[in-house]
Amino acid sequence: MVDATLEVPLITGDLVPADVTRDVCSPLEGKPTGLWYAGFCLALVALAIGGTAVLYQVSTGIGTWGLNRTVGWGFDITNFVFWVGIGHAGTLISAVLLLFRQKWRTSINRSAEAMTIFAVICAGIYPFIHMGRPWLAHWVFPYPNARGPLWVNFRSALLWDVFAIGTYFTISLLFWYVGLIPDLATVRDRAKGVRKKIFNLLSFGWRGTARTWSRYETACVLLAALATPLVVSVHSVVSSDFATAVIPGWHATVFPPYFVIGAVFSGFAMVLTLMLVARKTMRFENYITMRHIHAICKVVTFTGSIVGLAYMTEFFIAWYSGSQYELFIFKNRMGGPFAWAYWTMFSCNVIAPQLFWFRKVRNNLLLIFLLSLVVNVGMWFERFVIIVTSLHRDFLPSSWSGYTPTLIEVGSLVFGFGLFFTLFLLFCRFVPMIAMFEVKPLLGKRKRELQQTNREVA
Amino acid sequence: MSPSLHTGFFEDEHDLLSAAKECRERGIPVVDVVSPFPIHGLDDVLGIRPSRLAWVTFLMGAAGLAFGFGLQYWTAAFDWPLNVGGKPLDSLPAFIPVAFELTILFAGVSTVVALLLRSKLWPSKQVPSGLESTTDDQHALILAQADAAFEDSDFTELFERHGAINSQRETEATR
Repeated sequence: MVDATLEVPLITGDLVPADVTRDVCSPLEGKPTGLWYAGFCLALVALAIGGTAVLYQVSTGIGTWGLNRTVGWGFDITNFVFWVGIGHAGTLISAVLLLFRQKWRTSINRSAEAMTIFAVICAGIYPFIHMGRPWLAHWVFPYPNARGPLWVNFRSALLWDVFAIGTYFTISLLFWYVGLIPDLATVRDRAKGVRKKIFNLLSFGWRGTARTWSRYETACVLLAALATPLVVSVHSVVSSDFATAVIPGWHATVFPPYFVIGAVFSGFAMVLTLMLVARKTMRFENYITMRHIHAICKVVTFTGSIVGLAYMTEFFIAWYSGSQYELFIFKNRMGGPFAWAYWTMFSCNVIAPQLFWFRKVRNNLLLIFLLSLVVNVGMWFERFVIIVTSLHRDFLPSSWSGYTPTLIEVGSLVFGFGLFFTLFLLFCRFVPMIAMFEVKPLLGKRKRELQQTNREVA
Repeated sequence: MSPSLHTGFFEDEHDLLSAAKECRERGIPVVDVVSPFPIHGLDDVLGIRPSRLAWVTFLMGAAGLAFGFGLQYWTAAFDWPLNVGGKPLDSLPAFIPVAFELTILFAGVSTVVALLLRSKLWPSKQVPSGLESTTDDQHALILAQADAAFEDSDFTELFERHGAINSQRETEATR
């Protein structure tokens, strides 16, 4: 048998559509593995520890954090920007790669979108608890109220965040759910008893008639076309939280593209982390192949290089602008009290992903996994560096201060990871992790290609 | 008595496509095609016109944009004019992000709502039994008997000639 193309197939193992249904549905129908239980317990422990810290902070006050008059943003906003960034890869995979007709997205888009939703939930937690009085959170919405009505300040970048993150969450959730409906119908048709009732409720009576499919595909393209500019706008708005302020180190026009690409970078690293674990524990090696992993590695290197360019552009402009405050901040980042954070960020984000240029590295799963974690550490530190080093040296030297997070703050960081992994592991257990209806047509194509080749050879 | 329905089950979507083409040429009415994934090229064969959902998206997006600017302009410049850092009351550039987000929100939510309404999909809607395999790996081509001269065996023959793995006859509409 001769292979028609030099290209490695997207889905390996010569599967037929029925195999896809069986493989994707089996984690839902069987008992979870010991590894799943171990991971879930770990995530729950993190959630409980973090939850205790968050509960203590909310009931006591913001004073339980290490913030001070000079450094008013610390772990809270770092975590917020970090998690919003993680989300971006999911939308990029599901929307942008759909518009570009990249077929390799089909194996990973479902879980990447789930990652987006969970990451945005985690992100939302931090501004919420940072309010200090989260029970007044509804004040951020413009609704006719008894206080005047006193409207919100639409000129504030912080309010833009409310709309950007709110819209992003809503659209991501809808896109994800619409994408799930045909697969939920597949699960429904295999289920019995109560399970059938539940999946009947969730699958909206989906049958897959020709007319519905036609309309459905149009809707998916429309949603992708809406989500693409949306995802660019979200991190641009987040970066405006900083860029619209006059703080040296924040007041830069490069911020929106710099933040968006950084978000895609960190998000793809997280996709890599999750996919490597999923393919191993869920036995999805035929679906998430080395070709997928190589593609993600290349995106990580590409975006990582742009992030590196942005770091150097920032530094160049600080010198070129002739502003002594700007130059001071950047010298301080590299050699000041937080230099360790800056160099952690630089080596994790700029140097580490360059290793993916080597095919040997891209074929070593353990190394890829470790590098994906390194990138996420680096991207967390990027936000920490941007926020804390810019704030801790004020214009007035008498206002200079340091910043040390308290245990409660570290607890809030743990809370985010606990929540994220709890939700993700529940997703792996109860929702078809791979978009079956998108993977199945790829198999037929493969099969026909082989038949064609065999005929030609014969 | 309703006309009898004949369903052919195919494993390869291209077999179904060729069968559907023959039906169109011979004037056999295709009631529906039920498949586990969209079959490309089927819309032309069945004469399904492109969906007009994009109009909903466009119009509701425009409504969202108008609402976004209207809300911000009205609250900031008319209902309670507030001087924020000496900025003009009608700070149009500062209103762009929120207006943009509301455009996307309105357009996206209404696209999904329109899809569900138009396709008559709602939670817990019951589906007729008998076509469970079409959400797994089989594609069903449902034909109606319009001509009494075209008998049951002719349907079976048509399905088999195009590579159907199974076929069945019903009098009750499966729709």
